Amino acid sequence: MRPSRAIDLSTGLFVLLGFAAILFLVTQITNREFSLTSDSYHLQAQFENIGGLKVGAPVSMAGVTVGRVDSIGYSMDALKAIVMLRIDGSYNRIPNDSDASIFTAGLLGGQYIGLTPGGSEEYYKDGDRVEFVQDAIVLENLISKYLFSQAGKQSEHNADSTTEPPAPKE
Amino acid sequence: MTDLAGELLGSARYFVERVGAIARFLVRLIALIPAGLLRFRLIVAQVYNAGALSLVIIMTSGLFVGMVLGLQGYDLLQRFGSEDSLGTGAALALLRELGPVVTALLFAGRAGTALASEIGLMRATDQLTAMEMMAVDPMKYVVLPRFLGGVISMPLLTAAFIAIGIFGVQLVGVQMLGVDQGSFWSQMRAAVEFDDVREGLIKGVVFGIACSLIAVFEGYHAEPTAEGVGRATTRTVVVSAVLTLVLDYLLTAFML
Repeated sequence: MRPSRAIDLSTGLFVLLGFAAILFLVTQITNREFSLTSDSYHLQAQFENIGGLKVGAPVSMAGVTVGRVDSIGYSMDALKAIVMLRIDGSYNRIPNDSDASIFTAGLLGGQYIGLTPGGSEEYYKDGDRVEFVQDAIVLENLISKYLFSQAGKQSEHNADSTTEPPAPKE
Repeated sequence: MTDLAGELLGSARYFVERVGAIARFLVRLIALIPAGLLRFRLIVAQVYNAGALSLVIIMTSGLFVGMVLGLQGYDLLQRFGSEDSLGTGAALALLRELGPVVTALLFAGRAGTALASEIGLMRATDQLTAMEMMAVDPMKYVVLPRFLGGVISMPLLTAAFIAIGIFGVQLVGVQMLGVDQGSFWSQMRAAVEFDDVREGLIKGVVFGIACSLIAVFEGYHAEPTAEGVGRATTRTVVVSAVLTLVLDYLLTAFML
């Protein structure tokens, strides 16, 4: 009976491993955690528009990743997006007038939050709110603004055309 | 000229006959499934043979396929400055295509050949005939458990392959080449949907049925000679591989 039990054991292991793999694939749960778990603190920021920001996106200062986006929610009171940032505990002296902006990494890359340090002597503490924020730049808005400004120029140009200096002589 | 035409006609006819025989064989197997499920221990032993013993080669291959996908994907994506999408691209490629197809090809090579030669040798040494003489149906006791063992193993192997493949991508992309870990996982999670996982597993099941069926069919119908068993084994790999790729196209066209 012994060899049969050994077969059962390894078959069972194989089947369990297969199901564990399926579970992993379905949930995609893995330690995407930045290695900061124990000592870290949270900051809150409110944005009018977060664009395509995702949970887990990096928070960087001068291009160095100092934390992660912990959660994203919507506040019905402020009518704004609430983004919780988790900052690594070793970066504990960020001036409390620093501002947070949503940037895009590269033209097609993912979005991240950039913190720009201010000049205050006080530092952010756990639970503080970032007052100065800049929303995500939505490409469609930019394009439509550009198009409208061009259209405006164009009509101005047409209006001016009567007073335009004559074409250069040849 | 007429000889050539006749030969072509003959091989076309042989092909159609073969397809018909395989289809009939499948129907016979399906009809036996309720009775076969009672012999649970036989199936477990075959899950061990087809699945557990294939796990090492599947996982090694999966790791290296994932790693090379990480390298190639990174090289391609960094030209557009979007190496953060590495996780997305690699995970989708593994889930939808590479995982099921490569697993099926490896499965045909590792488990399919073993099944075909084992059954073929039983045929060659008259063991199957002996069973029939004892009023034991070899379809029920030999062929069906092996078929079911393969069908059960394939999706599990596919899942293991994909999971370790994603680990391989992560190993090269994040640990070696410095893709941001958070972006890697968050973009992957944002882009990969449950449907993609389901597509991979459905393909795994279908390829499992196809490869196991071909293997047991070729073995069962092998010529009872040493040469015949060898030929059956070869044909198992060739037919399984071609069938896998054709089915892959059909399934993709169907599910996309």
